[in-house]
Amino acid sequence: MTFLFYLFSALALMGGIGVVVNRNPVSAAFSMVISFLGLAALFIQLDAFLVGILQILVYAGAIMVLFLFIIMLLDVREEEKRRRPLVNIIGAGGVTLGFIALVISVLSRSDVGKATIPALTEVEGPGTSDVHQIGELLFSTYWFPVQIVGVLLLVATVGVVVLSKKELK
Amino acid sequence: MGFQPMGRVEMIGVRRRSSRDFNRRRRPCITPQNMGWKPMLHSLLPTAASVLSDHMDWHLIIAAVIKIVVFVFLVTLPMVAMSVWAERRVSAAIQDRVGPNRVGPFGLLQAVADGIKFLLKEDFTPAHVNKFYFWLAPALTMVPALLTCAVIPFGSRLFDEKMVIADLDVGPLFVFAIASLSVYGIVLAGWSSNSKYSFLGGVRSTSQMISYEISLGLSIVPLIMIYGELNLGRIVQEQALNGWALLPLWGEGLSVKGFILAVPIFISFIIFMTSMFAETNRLPFDLPECETELVAGYHTEYSSMKFALFFLGEYAAMIIGSGLAVTLFLGGWSLPFGWLAPESVDAAVPWWHGLIHIGVYFTKVIALIIFFIVIRWTLPRFRYDQLMRLGWVFFFEIALANVVITAILLAIFK
Repeated sequence: MTFLFYLFSALALMGGIGVVVNRNPVSAAFSMVISFLGLAALFIQLDAFLVGILQILVYAGAIMVLFLFIIMLLDVREEEKRRRPLVNIIGAGGVTLGFIALVISVLSRSDVGKATIPALTEVEGPGTSDVHQIGELLFSTYWFPVQIVGVLLLVATVGVVVLSKKELK
Repeated sequence: MGFQPMGRVEMIGVRRRSSRDFNRRRRPCITPQNMGWKPMLHSLLPTAASVLSDHMDWHLIIAAVIKIVVFVFLVTLPMVAMSVWAERRVSAAIQDRVGPNRVGPFGLLQAVADGIKFLLKEDFTPAHVNKFYFWLAPALTMVPALLTCAVIPFGSRLFDEKMVIADLDVGPLFVFAIASLSVYGIVLAGWSSNSKYSFLGGVRSTSQMISYEISLGLSIVPLIMIYGELNLGRIVQEQALNGWALLPLWGEGLSVKGFILAVPIFISFIIFMTSMFAETNRLPFDLPECETELVAGYHTEYSSMKFALFFLGEYAAMIIGSGLAVTLFLGGWSLPFGWLAPESVDAAVPWWHGLIHIGVYFTKVIALIIFFIVIRWTLPRFRYDQLMRLGWVFFFEIALANVVITAILLAIFK
Protein backbone atom coordinates (compact mmCIF):
# COMPACT_ATOMS: atom_id res chain seq x y z
CA MET A 1 0.00 0.00 0.00
CA THR A 2 2.83 2.40 0.81
CA PHE A 3 4.32 1.42 -2.56
CA LEU A 4 1.11 2.51 -4.30
CA PHE A 5 1.06 5.72 -2.28
CA TYR A 6 4.54 6.67 -3.49
CA LEU A 7 3.70 5.67 -7.05
CA PHE A 8 0.62 7.88 -7.25
CA SER A 9 2.17 10.77 -5.31
CA ALA A 10 5.05 10.69 -7.79
CA LEU A 11 2.52 10.72 -10.64
CA ALA A 12 0.65 13.67 -9.15
CA LEU A 13 3.88 15.61 -8.50
CA MET A 14 5.31 14.87 -11.95
CA GLY A 15 2.07 16.09 -13.49
CA GLY A 16 2.25 19.24 -11.39
CA ILE A 17 5.84 19.93 -12.45
CA GLY A 18 4.83 19.25 -16.05
CA VAL A 19 2.16 21.95 -15.88
CA VAL A 20 4.77 24.54 -14.96
CA VAL A 21 7.69 23.37 -17.09
CA ASN A 22 5.97 22.58 -20.39
CA ARG A 23 6.05 25.40 -22.94
CA ASN A 24 3.34 23.82 -25.07
CA PRO A 25 -0.06 24.72 -23.52
CA VAL A 26 -1.59 21.41 -24.62
CA SER A 27 1.19 19.49 -22.87
CA ALA A 28 0.71 21.63 -19.78
CA ALA A 29 -3.03 20.96 -19.72
CA PHE A 30 -2.44 17.28 -20.25
CA SER A 31 0.10 17.18 -17.38
CA MET A 32 -2.59 18.69 -15.20
CA VAL A 33 -4.93 15.83 -16.12
CA ILE A 34 -2.23 13.34 -15.11
CA SER A 35 -1.77 15.18 -11.84
CA PHE A 36 -5.53 14.97 -11.18
CA LEU A 37 -5.50 11.24 -11.90
CA GLY A 38 -2.69 10.71 -9.38
CA LEU A 39 -4.61 12.77 -6.84
CA ALA A 40 -7.79 10.75 -7.42
CA ALA A 41 -5.85 7.54 -6.84
CA LEU A 42 -4.58 8.94 -3.53
CA PHE A 43 -8.15 9.74 -2.47
CA ILE A 44 -9.23 6.21 -3.36
CA GLN A 45 -6.36 4.82 -1.29
CA LEU A 46 -7.82 6.67 1.69
CA ASP A 47 -11.11 4.76 1.15
CA ALA A 48 -12.70 7.99 -0.07
CA PHE A 49 -14.10 6.48 -3.26
CA LEU A 50 -16.68 9.18 -3.93
CA VAL A 51 -14.18 12.03 -3.64
CA GLY A 52 -11.70 10.20 -5.88
CA ILE A 53 -14.26 9.43 -8.54
CA LEU A 54 -15.63 12.98 -8.46
CA GLN A 55 -12.09 14.27 -8.85
CA ILE A 56 -11.85 12.38 -12.15
CA LEU A 57 -15.42 13.02 -13.25
CA VAL A 58 -15.48 16.76 -12.60
CA TYR A 59 -11.89 17.95 -12.94
CA ALA A 60 -10.20 15.50 -15.30
CA GLY A 61 -13.29 14.62 -17.31
CA ALA A 62 -15.13 17.91 -17.63
CA ILE A 63 -13.14 21.00 -16.66
CA MET A 64 -9.84 20.01 -18.24
CA VAL A 65 -11.60 18.93 -21.43
CA LEU A 66 -12.99 22.46 -21.71
CA PHE A 67 -9.50 23.87 -21.05
CA LEU A 68 -8.03 21.71 -23.83
CA PHE A 69 -10.92 22.65 -26.07
CA ILE A 70 -10.13 26.35 -25.71
CA ILE A 71 -6.37 25.86 -25.97
CA MET A 72 -6.85 23.93 -29.21
CA LEU A 73 -8.50 26.98 -30.74
CA LEU A 74 -5.49 29.19 -29.89
CA ASP A 75 -2.26 29.43 -31.80
CA VAL A 76 0.07 27.20 -29.80
CA ARG A 77 3.24 28.00 -31.78
CA GLU A 78 3.18 31.63 -30.72
CA GLU A 79 3.07 30.64 -27.08
CA GLU A 80 5.99 28.25 -27.56
CA LYS A 81 8.17 30.99 -29.04
CA ARG A 82 7.38 33.67 -26.51
CA ARG A 83 10.37 34.80 -24.43
CA ARG A 84 9.97 35.17 -20.70
CA PRO A 85 11.48 38.34 -19.18
CA LEU A 86 13.82 37.96 -16.22
CA VAL A 87 11.53 40.01 -13.96
CA ASN A 88 8.74 37.49 -14.42
CA ILE A 89 10.99 34.55 -13.58
CA ILE A 90 12.33 36.22 -10.45
CA GLY A 91 8.84 37.22 -9.37
CA ALA A 92 7.50 33.71 -9.89
CA GLY A 93 10.46 32.23 -8.01
CA GLY A 94 9.88 34.61 -5.10
CA VAL A 95 6.18 33.74 -4.86
CA THR A 96 6.97 30.01 -5.01
CA LEU A 97 9.60 30.20 -2.30
CA GLY A 98 7.30 32.26 -0.09
CA PHE A 99 4.50 29.74 -0.52
CA ILE A 100 6.78 26.80 0.25
CA ALA A 101 8.01 28.58 3.41
CA LEU A 102 4.41 29.21 4.43
CA VAL A 103 3.37 25.58 3.95
CA ILE A 104 6.41 24.27 5.83
CA SER A 105 5.89 26.64 8.75
CA VAL A 106 2.19 25.71 9.03
CA LEU A 107 2.83 21.95 8.76
CA SER A 108 5.68 21.97 11.27
CA ARG A 109 3.43 23.60 13.88
CA SER A 110 0.39 21.39 13.43
CA ASP A 111 0.11 17.66 14.20
CA VAL A 112 -1.90 16.74 11.14
CA GLY A 113 0.36 13.88 10.12
CA LYS A 114 0.61 12.40 13.61
CA ALA A 115 -3.05 11.98 14.46
CA THR A 116 -4.43 8.50 13.74
CA ILE A 117 -7.83 8.53 12.15
CA PRO A 118 -9.96 5.36 12.18
CA ALA A 119 -10.67 3.78 8.79
CA LEU A 120 -13.99 4.72 7.21
CA THR A 121 -15.12 1.10 7.35
CA GLU A 122 -14.64 1.08 11.13
CA VAL A 123 -16.63 4.23 11.85
CA GLU A 124 -20.02 2.90 10.83
CA GLY A 125 -19.21 -0.78 10.64
CA PRO A 126 -18.76 -2.81 7.49
CA GLY A 127 -21.34 -2.53 4.71
CA THR A 128 -21.80 1.23 4.81
CA SER A 129 -19.90 2.92 2.05
CA ASP A 130 -18.45 6.40 2.13
CA VAL A 131 -21.18 7.40 -0.34
CA HIS A 132 -23.88 6.59 2.22
CA GLN A 133 -22.06 8.47 4.94
CA ILE A 134 -21.46 11.57 2.85
CA GLY A 135 -25.06 11.49 1.63
CA GLU A 136 -26.44 11.21 5.15
CA LEU A 137 -24.30 14.10 6.37
CA LEU A 138 -25.25 16.27 3.41
CA PHE A 139 -28.96 15.72 3.87
CA SER A 140 -29.06 15.93 7.67
CA THR A 141 -26.43 18.24 9.18
CA TYR A 142 -25.72 20.28 6.07
CA TRP A 143 -29.15 20.24 4.44
CA PHE A 144 -29.48 24.02 4.27
CA PRO A 145 -26.20 24.78 2.44
CA VAL A 146 -26.93 21.87 0.09
CA GLN A 147 -30.34 23.32 -0.77
CA ILE A 148 -28.86 26.78 -1.37
CA VAL A 149 -26.09 25.43 -3.61
CA GLY A 150 -28.57 23.22 -5.44
CA VAL A 151 -30.94 26.09 -6.20
CA LEU A 152 -27.99 28.24 -7.30
CA LEU A 153 -26.74 25.60 -9.72
CA LEU A 154 -30.22 24.93 -11.04
CA VAL A 155 -30.76 28.63 -11.71
CA ALA A 156 -27.40 28.82 -13.47
CA THR A 157 -28.08 25.81 -15.70
CA VAL A 158 -31.61 26.88 -16.57
CA GLY A 159 -30.29 30.37 -17.27
CA VAL A 160 -27.67 29.00 -19.67
CA VAL A 161 -30.29 27.01 -21.55
CA VAL A 162 -32.63 30.02 -21.78
CA LEU A 163 -29.82 32.26 -23.04
CA SER A 164 -28.70 29.78 -25.67
CA LYS A 165 -32.31 29.30 -26.81
CA LYS A 166 -32.61 33.05 -27.43
CA GLU A 167 -29.49 33.06 -29.54
CA LEU A 168 -30.88 30.37 -31.81
CA LYS A 169 -33.65 32.74 -32.95
CA MET B 1 -5.74 -3.46 -3.22
CA GLY B 2 -7.16 0.02 -3.53
CA PHE B 3 -10.60 -0.95 -4.74
CA GLN B 4 -11.71 -3.25 -1.97
CA PRO B 5 -12.35 -1.74 1.43
CA MET B 6 -10.79 -4.38 3.66
CA GLY B 7 -11.13 -4.70 7.39
CA ARG B 8 -8.05 -3.72 9.38
CA VAL B 9 -7.92 -7.03 11.28
CA GLU B 10 -7.63 -9.04 8.11
CA MET B 11 -4.81 -6.90 6.78
CA ILE B 12 -2.75 -7.21 9.93
CA GLY B 13 -3.17 -10.98 9.82
CA VAL B 14 -1.87 -11.09 6.29
CA ARG B 15 1.13 -8.99 7.09
CA ARG B 16 2.13 -11.12 10.08
CA ARG B 17 1.88 -14.33 8.13
CA SER B 18 4.02 -13.07 5.29
CA SER B 19 6.79 -11.83 7.60
CA ARG B 20 6.91 -15.20 9.36
CA ASP B 21 7.22 -16.97 6.01
CA PHE B 22 9.99 -14.61 5.14
CA ASN B 23 12.02 -15.53 8.23
CA ARG B 24 11.52 -19.24 7.80
CA ARG B 25 12.48 -19.30 4.15
CA ARG B 26 15.61 -17.18 4.24
CA ARG B 27 18.77 -19.22 3.76
CA PRO B 28 21.76 -17.25 5.06
CA CYS B 29 24.69 -19.26 3.61
CA ILE B 30 23.54 -19.53 0.00
CA THR B 31 25.46 -17.39 -2.47
CA PRO B 32 24.14 -16.48 -5.89
CA GLN B 33 26.81 -18.72 -7.50
CA ASN B 34 25.92 -22.06 -5.95
CA MET B 35 22.17 -21.87 -5.76
CA GLY B 36 19.76 -22.87 -8.49
CA TRP B 37 16.87 -20.80 -9.66
CA LYS B 38 14.40 -22.43 -7.28
CA PRO B 39 15.98 -21.54 -3.93
CA MET B 40 16.85 -18.16 -5.35
CA LEU B 41 13.21 -17.65 -6.23
CA HIS B 42 12.22 -18.72 -2.72
CA SER B 43 14.56 -16.27 -1.11
CA LEU B 44 13.61 -13.49 -3.47
CA LEU B 45 9.85 -13.87 -3.59
CA PRO B 46 8.99 -13.22 0.07
CA THR B 47 11.33 -10.24 0.12
CA ALA B 48 9.77 -8.73 -2.96
CA ALA B 49 6.34 -9.52 -1.58
CA SER B 50 7.02 -7.91 1.77
CA VAL B 51 8.51 -4.83 0.15
CA LEU B 52 5.75 -4.41 -2.39
CA SER B 53 2.84 -5.11 -0.14
CA ASP B 54 2.41 -4.80 3.55
CA HIS B 55 -1.32 -5.18 3.19
CA MET B 56 -1.89 -6.92 -0.12
CA ASP B 57 -4.24 -9.85 -0.14
CA TRP B 58 -2.80 -12.30 -2.63
CA HIS B 59 -5.99 -14.27 -3.06
CA LEU B 60 -7.78 -11.06 -4.05
CA ILE B 61 -5.05 -10.08 -6.49
CA ILE B 62 -4.90 -13.46 -8.21
CA ALA B 63 -8.70 -13.64 -8.50
CA ALA B 64 -8.78 -10.11 -9.90
CA VAL B 65 -6.05 -10.87 -12.44
CA ILE B 66 -7.88 -14.01 -13.62
CA LYS B 67 -11.14 -12.07 -13.93
CA ILE B 68 -9.44 -9.23 -15.81
CA VAL B 69 -7.70 -11.58 -18.24
CA VAL B 70 -10.78 -13.70 -18.91
CA PHE B 71 -13.48 -11.02 -18.94
CA VAL B 72 -11.57 -8.17 -20.60
CA PHE B 73 -9.02 -9.85 -22.84
CA LEU B 74 -10.58 -13.21 -23.66
CA VAL B 75 -14.25 -12.16 -23.86
CA THR B 76 -14.70 -8.41 -24.39
CA LEU B 77 -11.88 -7.92 -26.92
CA PRO B 78 -13.00 -10.83 -29.15
CA MET B 79 -16.55 -9.48 -28.78
CA VAL B 80 -15.28 -6.17 -30.17
CA ALA B 81 -13.88 -7.98 -33.18
CA MET B 82 -17.02 -10.06 -33.61
CA SER B 83 -19.28 -7.01 -33.39
CA VAL B 84 -17.40 -5.52 -36.35
CA TRP B 85 -18.28 -8.71 -38.25
CA ALA B 86 -21.89 -8.54 -36.96
CA GLU B 87 -22.10 -4.92 -38.04
CA ARG B 88 -21.10 -5.82 -41.58
CA ARG B 89 -23.41 -8.84 -41.78
CA VAL B 90 -26.43 -7.02 -40.33
CA SER B 91 -25.88 -3.97 -42.53
CA ALA B 92 -25.60 -6.31 -45.52
CA ALA B 93 -28.86 -8.01 -44.57
CA ILE B 94 -30.59 -4.63 -44.18
CA GLN B 95 -29.31 -3.44 -47.56
CA ASP B 96 -30.08 -6.76 -49.25
CA ARG B 97 -26.42 -7.67 -49.80
CA VAL B 98 -24.45 -10.73 -48.70
CA GLY B 99 -21.69 -9.21 -46.59
CA PRO B 100 -18.41 -10.91 -45.62
CA ASN B 101 -19.02 -14.65 -45.97
CA ARG B 102 -15.75 -16.05 -47.36
CA VAL B 103 -13.35 -16.38 -44.41
CA GLY B 104 -14.40 -19.35 -42.30
CA PRO B 105 -17.99 -20.49 -41.73
CA PHE B 106 -20.44 -17.57 -42.31
CA GLY B 107 -17.39 -15.34 -42.64
CA LEU B 108 -16.85 -15.63 -38.87
CA LEU B 109 -13.07 -15.45 -39.24
CA GLN B 110 -13.33 -12.16 -41.14
CA ALA B 111 -12.41 -10.39 -37.89
CA VAL B 112 -9.12 -12.33 -37.73
CA ALA B 113 -8.35 -11.48 -41.35
CA ASP B 114 -9.11 -7.80 -40.67
CA GLY B 115 -6.89 -7.85 -37.60
CA ILE B 116 -3.96 -9.33 -39.53
CA LYS B 117 -4.50 -6.80 -42.29
CA PHE B 118 -4.41 -3.92 -39.81
CA LEU B 119 -1.24 -5.21 -38.20
CA LEU B 120 0.60 -5.75 -41.49
CA LYS B 121 -0.27 -2.48 -43.21
CA GLU B 122 2.28 0.30 -43.24
CA ASP B 123 2.05 2.37 -40.07
CA PHE B 124 2.43 5.79 -41.62
CA THR B 125 3.00 8.90 -39.49
CA PRO B 126 2.59 12.10 -41.52
CA ALA B 127 5.39 14.64 -41.24
CA HIS B 128 3.21 17.54 -40.13
CA VAL B 129 1.79 15.96 -36.97
CA ASN B 130 2.70 16.42 -33.32
CA LYS B 131 4.25 12.95 -32.92
CA PHE B 132 3.88 12.42 -29.18
CA TYR B 133 0.16 13.11 -29.04
CA PHE B 134 -0.42 11.50 -32.42
CA TRP B 135 0.86 8.22 -30.96
CA LEU B 136 -0.80 8.67 -27.60
CA ALA B 137 -4.33 9.44 -28.87
CA PRO B 138 -5.35 5.97 -30.16
CA ALA B 139 -4.35 4.36 -26.85
CA LEU B 140 -6.32 7.00 -24.96
CA THR B 141 -9.51 6.08 -26.77
CA MET B 142 -9.07 2.34 -26.26
CA VAL B 143 -7.89 2.21 -22.64
CA PRO B 144 -10.80 4.04 -20.91
CA ALA B 145 -13.30 1.89 -22.79
CA LEU B 146 -11.67 -1.26 -21.41
CA LEU B 147 -11.14 0.23 -17.91
CA THR B 148 -14.87 0.67 -17.44
CA CYS B 149 -15.27 -3.13 -17.62
CA ALA B 150 -13.96 -3.18 -14.06
CA VAL B 151 -17.21 -2.38 -12.26
CA ILE B 152 -19.82 -4.10 -14.44
CA PRO B 153 -21.10 -7.32 -12.84
CA PHE B 154 -21.10 -9.94 -15.59
CA GLY B 155 -22.45 -12.77 -13.42
CA SER B 156 -23.59 -13.54 -9.90
CA ARG B 157 -21.01 -15.84 -8.34
CA LEU B 158 -18.85 -18.62 -9.67
CA PHE B 159 -16.96 -20.89 -7.24
CA ASP B 160 -17.79 -18.43 -4.44
CA GLU B 161 -16.13 -15.58 -6.31
CA LYS B 162 -18.10 -12.45 -7.22
CA MET B 163 -18.26 -12.08 -10.99
CA VAL B 164 -17.20 -8.46 -11.04
CA ILE B 165 -13.62 -7.24 -11.17
CA ALA B 166 -13.98 -4.40 -8.64
CA ASP B 167 -17.12 -4.37 -6.49
CA LEU B 168 -17.16 -0.59 -6.07
CA ASP B 169 -19.84 1.30 -4.16
CA VAL B 170 -19.79 4.04 -6.79
CA GLY B 171 -20.22 1.82 -9.86
CA PRO B 172 -22.13 4.05 -12.32
CA LEU B 173 -20.10 7.10 -11.30
CA PHE B 174 -16.89 5.18 -11.98
CA VAL B 175 -18.11 4.26 -15.46
CA PHE B 176 -19.00 7.88 -16.25
CA ALA B 177 -15.74 9.19 -14.79
CA ILE B 178 -13.56 6.86 -16.83
CA ALA B 179 -15.71 7.18 -19.96
CA SER B 180 -15.38 10.95 -19.76
CA LEU B 181 -11.61 10.48 -20.09
CA SER B 182 -12.03 8.93 -23.53
CA VAL B 183 -12.71 12.43 -24.89
CA TYR B 184 -8.99 13.11 -24.58
CA GLY B 185 -8.10 10.54 -27.20
CA ILE B 186 -10.38 12.19 -29.72
CA VAL B 187 -9.41 15.76 -28.82
CA LEU B 188 -5.71 14.99 -29.02
CA ALA B 189 -6.10 13.00 -32.23
CA GLY B 190 -7.92 15.90 -33.86
CA TRP B 191 -5.46 18.48 -32.62
CA SER B 192 -2.19 16.61 -33.14
CA SER B 193 -3.07 15.53 -36.70
CA ASN B 194 -2.68 19.16 -37.73
CA SER B 195 -5.22 18.89 -40.51
CA LYS B 196 -8.48 20.76 -40.84
CA TYR B 197 -10.74 17.72 -41.20
CA SER B 198 -9.24 16.04 -38.15
CA PHE B 199 -9.48 19.25 -36.20
CA LEU B 200 -13.12 19.86 -37.05
CA GLY B 201 -13.91 16.25 -36.18
CA GLY B 202 -12.14 16.63 -32.84
CA VAL B 203 -13.96 19.86 -32.01
CA ARG B 204 -17.33 18.40 -32.95
CA SER B 205 -16.72 15.26 -30.96
CA THR B 206 -15.64 17.12 -27.83
CA SER B 207 -18.65 19.37 -27.72
CA GLN B 208 -20.95 16.48 -28.51
CA MET B 209 -19.55 14.25 -25.78
CA ILE B 210 -19.57 17.00 -23.17
CA SER B 211 -23.18 17.87 -24.02
CA TYR B 212 -24.49 14.34 -23.86
CA GLU B 213 -22.55 13.39 -20.73
CA ILE B 214 -24.91 15.64 -18.80
CA SER B 215 -28.13 13.99 -19.94
CA LEU B 216 -26.46 10.59 -19.62
CA GLY B 217 -25.60 11.26 -15.99
CA LEU B 218 -28.98 12.81 -15.19
CA SER B 219 -30.90 10.00 -16.88
CA ILE B 220 -29.81 7.38 -14.35
CA VAL B 221 -30.50 9.55 -11.29
CA PRO B 222 -34.20 8.43 -11.05
CA LEU B 223 -33.05 4.82 -11.15
CA ILE B 224 -30.55 5.38 -8.36
CA MET B 225 -33.21 7.19 -6.34
CA ILE B 226 -35.56 4.23 -6.68
CA TYR B 227 -32.95 1.65 -5.71
CA GLY B 228 -31.21 3.84 -3.14
CA GLU B 229 -27.96 2.18 -4.16
CA LEU B 230 -24.86 2.92 -6.24
CA ASN B 231 -23.39 -0.57 -6.14
CA LEU B 232 -24.15 -2.21 -9.48
CA GLY B 233 -24.00 -5.72 -7.99
CA ARG B 234 -26.70 -4.93 -5.44
CA ILE B 235 -28.80 -3.12 -8.06
CA VAL B 236 -28.80 -6.28 -10.18
CA GLN B 237 -29.58 -8.44 -7.15
CA GLU B 238 -32.57 -6.23 -6.35
CA GLN B 239 -33.80 -6.55 -9.93
CA ALA B 240 -33.35 -10.33 -9.89
CA LEU B 241 -35.70 -10.62 -6.92
CA ASN B 242 -38.17 -7.80 -7.50
CA GLY B 243 -38.46 -7.34 -11.24
CA TRP B 244 -36.18 -5.73 -13.79
CA ALA B 245 -36.33 -1.95 -13.90
CA LEU B 246 -38.13 -2.04 -17.23
CA LEU B 247 -40.11 -5.24 -16.57
CA PRO B 248 -41.52 -5.20 -13.02
CA LEU B 249 -43.58 -8.37 -13.34
CA TRP B 250 -42.57 -10.37 -10.26
CA GLY B 251 -41.66 -9.95 -6.58
CA GLU B 252 -42.30 -6.53 -5.09
CA GLY B 253 -42.27 -5.02 -8.57
CA LEU B 254 -45.68 -6.55 -9.25
CA SER B 255 -47.61 -3.72 -7.61
CA VAL B 256 -49.15 -0.35 -8.42
CA LYS B 257 -45.96 1.33 -7.21
CA GLY B 258 -43.81 -0.86 -9.45
CA PHE B 259 -45.89 -0.14 -12.55
CA ILE B 260 -46.08 3.61 -11.95
CA LEU B 261 -42.35 3.88 -11.27
CA ALA B 262 -41.69 2.01 -14.52
CA VAL B 263 -42.84 5.13 -16.41
CA PRO B 264 -39.96 7.43 -15.31
CA ILE B 265 -37.60 4.48 -15.70
CA PHE B 266 -38.73 4.05 -19.29
CA ILE B 267 -38.12 7.76 -19.97
CA SER B 268 -34.67 7.33 -18.37
CA PHE B 269 -33.98 4.37 -20.60
CA ILE B 270 -34.81 6.30 -23.79
CA ILE B 271 -32.59 9.21 -22.74
CA PHE B 272 -29.82 6.86 -21.61
CA MET B 273 -29.75 4.88 -24.85
CA THR B 274 -29.88 7.95 -27.09
CA SER B 275 -27.12 9.64 -25.12
CA MET B 276 -25.11 6.43 -25.37
CA PHE B 277 -25.37 6.62 -29.16
CA ALA B 278 -24.05 10.18 -29.00
CA GLU B 279 -21.30 9.29 -26.53
CA THR B 280 -20.01 6.43 -28.67
CA ASN B 281 -20.16 8.61 -31.82
CA ARG B 282 -22.40 6.21 -33.67
CA LEU B 283 -25.02 6.96 -36.25
CA PRO B 284 -27.39 8.82 -36.12
CA PHE B 285 -24.92 10.96 -34.14
CA ASP B 286 -21.64 10.15 -35.89
CA LEU B 287 -20.92 13.76 -36.85
CA PRO B 288 -17.31 13.67 -35.61
CA GLU B 289 -16.43 11.23 -38.38
CA CYS B 290 -19.12 12.18 -40.83
CA GLU B 291 -17.74 10.92 -44.14
CA THR B 292 -19.62 13.26 -46.43
CA GLU B 293 -18.25 16.37 -44.75
CA LEU B 294 -15.06 15.53 -42.91
CA VAL B 295 -13.40 12.64 -44.84
CA ALA B 296 -13.09 10.52 -41.68
CA GLY B 297 -13.10 13.12 -38.93
CA TYR B 298 -10.53 12.91 -36.17
CA HIS B 299 -8.86 9.77 -37.53
CA THR B 300 -8.37 11.01 -41.10
CA GLU B 301 -4.57 10.99 -40.77
CA TYR B 302 -4.32 7.62 -39.08
CA SER B 303 -3.44 4.32 -40.71
CA SER B 304 -2.78 0.70 -39.81
CA MET B 305 -3.07 -0.40 -36.18
CA LYS B 306 -3.47 3.14 -34.85
CA PHE B 307 -6.59 3.53 -36.96
CA ALA B 308 -7.74 0.10 -35.79
CA LEU B 309 -7.42 1.20 -32.17
CA PHE B 310 -9.88 4.06 -32.77
CA PHE B 311 -12.19 1.61 -34.43
CA LEU B 312 -11.89 -0.92 -31.61
CA GLY B 313 -12.27 1.82 -29.01
CA GLU B 314 -15.60 2.84 -30.55
CA TYR B 315 -16.89 -0.72 -30.51
CA ALA B 316 -15.55 -1.39 -27.02
CA ALA B 317 -17.38 1.72 -25.79
CA MET B 318 -20.52 0.40 -27.45
CA ILE B 319 -20.17 -2.96 -25.71
CA ILE B 320 -19.57 -1.37 -22.32
CA GLY B 321 -22.50 0.98 -22.90
CA SER B 322 -24.72 -1.99 -23.67
CA GLY B 323 -23.36 -3.72 -20.56
CA LEU B 324 -24.25 -0.72 -18.41
CA ALA B 325 -27.72 -0.44 -19.95
CA VAL B 326 -28.31 -4.15 -19.36
CA THR B 327 -27.07 -3.86 -15.78
CA LEU B 328 -29.14 -0.82 -14.90
CA PHE B 329 -32.37 -1.36 -16.83
CA LEU B 330 -32.63 -4.98 -17.95
CA GLY B 331 -31.68 -6.93 -14.86
CA GLY B 332 -28.01 -7.61 -15.60
CA TRP B 333 -27.20 -11.30 -15.26
CA SER B 334 -30.60 -12.26 -13.82
CA LEU B 335 -33.20 -14.42 -15.50
CA PRO B 336 -36.79 -13.09 -15.68
CA PHE B 337 -39.43 -14.00 -13.05
CA GLY B 338 -36.83 -14.60 -10.38
CA TRP B 339 -35.75 -17.94 -11.84
CA LEU B 340 -32.48 -19.20 -10.31
CA ALA B 341 -32.09 -15.90 -8.48
CA PRO B 342 -29.81 -16.02 -5.41
CA GLU B 343 -31.40 -14.79 -2.18
CA SER B 344 -28.88 -12.04 -1.50
CA VAL B 345 -25.60 -10.65 -2.80
CA ASP B 346 -23.63 -12.84 -0.40
CA ALA B 347 -25.68 -16.03 -0.80
CA ALA B 348 -23.92 -19.09 -2.17
CA VAL B 349 -24.69 -19.85 -5.82
CA PRO B 350 -24.23 -23.32 -7.37
CA TRP B 351 -21.61 -23.23 -10.11
CA TRP B 352 -24.02 -24.06 -12.91
CA HIS B 353 -26.33 -21.22 -11.82
CA GLY B 354 -23.27 -18.98 -11.97
CA LEU B 355 -22.49 -20.13 -15.51
CA ILE B 356 -26.11 -19.60 -16.59
CA HIS B 357 -26.03 -16.07 -15.13
CA ILE B 358 -22.88 -15.25 -17.10
CA GLY B 359 -24.53 -16.64 -20.24
CA VAL B 360 -27.67 -14.56 -19.61
CA TYR B 361 -25.61 -11.40 -19.20
CA PHE B 362 -23.77 -11.88 -22.47
CA THR B 363 -26.96 -12.83 -24.32
CA LYS B 364 -28.57 -9.57 -23.24
CA VAL B 365 -25.46 -7.57 -24.16
CA ILE B 366 -25.29 -9.15 -27.61
CA ALA B 367 -28.99 -8.41 -28.16
CA LEU B 368 -28.38 -4.74 -27.30
CA ILE B 369 -25.32 -4.61 -29.58
CA ILE B 370 -27.46 -5.86 -32.45
CA PHE B 371 -30.00 -3.18 -31.53
CA PHE B 372 -27.20 -0.57 -31.77
CA ILE B 373 -26.22 -1.93 -35.18
CA VAL B 374 -29.77 -2.03 -36.55
CA ILE B 375 -30.34 1.58 -35.46
CA ARG B 376 -27.13 2.64 -37.19
CA TRP B 377 -28.28 1.21 -40.52
CA THR B 378 -31.86 2.45 -40.17
CA LEU B 379 -31.71 6.14 -39.27
CA PRO B 380 -30.16 8.98 -41.27
CA ARG B 381 -27.57 11.29 -39.72
CA PHE B 382 -28.65 14.33 -37.71
CA ARG B 383 -27.50 17.83 -38.60
CA TYR B 384 -25.04 19.29 -36.11
CA ASP B 385 -27.31 22.05 -34.78
CA GLN B 386 -30.14 19.53 -34.45
CA LEU B 387 -27.85 17.29 -32.44
CA MET B 388 -26.86 20.06 -30.05
CA ARG B 389 -30.45 21.24 -29.69
CA LEU B 390 -31.63 17.70 -28.97
CA GLY B 391 -29.01 17.34 -26.25
CA TRP B 392 -29.31 20.71 -24.53
CA VAL B 393 -32.90 21.78 -25.12
CA PHE B 394 -34.79 18.48 -25.01
CA PHE B 395 -32.89 15.70 -23.26
CA PHE B 396 -31.37 17.87 -20.56
CA GLU B 397 -34.77 19.31 -19.56
CA ILE B 398 -36.61 16.00 -19.83
CA ALA B 399 -33.99 14.27 -17.71
CA LEU B 400 -34.20 17.03 -15.09
CA ALA B 401 -38.02 16.91 -15.04
CA ASN B 402 -37.80 13.13 -14.80
CA VAL B 403 -35.74 13.41 -11.62
CA VAL B 404 -38.34 15.72 -10.05
CA ILE B 405 -41.25 13.50 -11.13
CA THR B 406 -39.55 10.42 -9.70
CA ALA B 407 -38.95 12.22 -6.41
CA ILE B 408 -42.65 13.18 -6.21
CA LEU B 409 -43.77 9.65 -7.08
CA LEU B 410 -41.42 8.18 -4.49
CA ALA B 411 -42.79 10.57 -1.88
CA ILE B 412 -46.40 9.56 -2.74
CA PHE B 413 -45.77 5.80 -2.78
CA LYS B 414 -43.54 5.67 0.25
